[in-house]
Amino acid sequence: MAKRRVVITGMGMLSPLGNDVDSSWEGIQAGRSGITEIDRFDTTGYNTRIGGGIRNLDMESYLSTKDARKLDPFIHYGLIAAQQAVNASGLEDYADLDKERVGVAIGSGIGGLEYIEKTVITMEKSGPRKVSPFFVPASVINMISGNVAIRFGYQGPNIAIVTACTTGTHNIGYAARTIAYGDADVMLAGGSEMATTRSSIAAFSAARALSTRNDEPEKASRPWDAGRDGFVLSDGAGVVVLEELEHAKRRGATIHGEVVGFGMSDDAFHITSPPEGGEGAARSMKNAIRDAGLEPAAVDYINAHGTSTQVGDVAEVAAVKSVFAEHAYKLAVSSTKSMTGHLLGAAGAVEAIFSVLAIRDGVLPPTINLDDPDEGCDLDFVAGKSRKADVRVALSNSFGFGGTNGTLIFQRYED
Amino acid sequence: MSTVEERVKKIVCEQLGVKESEVQNTSSFVEDLGADSLDTVELVMALEEEFETEIPDEEAEKLASVQDAIDYIVAHT
Repeated sequence: MAKRRVVITGMGMLSPLGNDVDSSWEGIQAGRSGITEIDRFDTTGYNTRIGGGIRNLDMESYLSTKDARKLDPFIHYGLIAAQQAVNASGLEDYADLDKERVGVAIGSGIGGLEYIEKTVITMEKSGPRKVSPFFVPASVINMISGNVAIRFGYQGPNIAIVTACTTGTHNIGYAARTIAYGDADVMLAGGSEMATTRSSIAAFSAARALSTRNDEPEKASRPWDAGRDGFVLSDGAGVVVLEELEHAKRRGATIHGEVVGFGMSDDAFHITSPPEGGEGAARSMKNAIRDAGLEPAAVDYINAHGTSTQVGDVAEVAAVKSVFAEHAYKLAVSSTKSMTGHLLGAAGAVEAIFSVLAIRDGVLPPTINLDDPDEGCDLDFVAGKSRKADVRVALSNSFGFGGTNGTLIFQRYED
Repeated sequence: MSTVEERVKKIVCEQLGVKESEVQNTSSFVEDLGADSLDTVELVMALEEEFETEIPDEEAEKLASVQDAIDYIVAHT
């Protein structure tokens, strides 16, 4: 069976750089950092007091106060990004839309942590009878997909893949396959996260995963730089509208790019760290390149996982060198996490969007704060400033706890 | 000090996201004010907190309208 072609016809985003795709992309092109001091809770006593939060969100344009109260913020963010993506796609204006053929795959790495924290405190203080009936539907991970289906009446496949920091990538890859295989004609796909909560910052700190550069938040996320000291935890969401090519053409949709490859693998090594040689990452990229039916030399740009951790950054460079050989020195590799921080389950989704925009606008996003590249980190990381380039094929990597890896490949749409 | 009626109506507005003008004494939570079964559970919890009382489940199930809630609170607090 021939694979049906899948294109991107809508995008939505909330990130520390802005509350929509345009403002976030503008921040990326300007090389701006979205990292600030955390003000969501009192950080006294915390080793890490910085993060990338969502600010000045105009919630009431998207959700009534009554509905918002029943949902954890990670669902707010996912719903808002989905609404933006649907608006941008023009899908709701298409009179012939068969909603039984429209599905949703939007996940989260952690889910409704803030609501869980609040509920446990209420229960301890006031007893079990004070636990809200909305606690479970407000905090379990598939409830972005569930609420999106209810809001728009999309009755096709509905799922939420949960794979830590690879969540966004896996959901988009799976959704594209769902269309390619014929189970749906349109899928909303992506990830959302609101994990800069008290217990999460404390836990990632305890794992020594987070940067403690509290005095210079905007310089804290510095992938491949010798002075890096961990990642910066951020919030946000990314959702794309994926559509079968003929369906998109029939309704005259704007096509931003094509999903041509999806690969997966696992390190089978350690719960939180990759092997130094990045073998699992390399397998994921190879699988995606094979799925795309491309030569490795066709790849122009890699949006790296690049979180700014000691081992992870070096392992990804090793993986790129092993997959691309000499071509590794010709393509561009950058980490938009240097500006957004790490959005965990949303990371793969917002980075997929940045990859598509790199193709669409011919711009290579920069890696900021890369002042002194670490030993062996000698690729073209687009250090400091974005630059114009003809980008035909872009690859986006995500790697998560549990050693789970995912790679997406996007190509400029050509008939 | 607000009356029981005023306090009950204020909570109904907050919990169900409706305007004060929409809330009559005869209003049914489900039929008139758009509550679903989970909303009514949370509404009862909010009334318990406001009036520092405990409403047993079998009594809570009988509270279908604003007046039912006012009558219960007046009789039991």
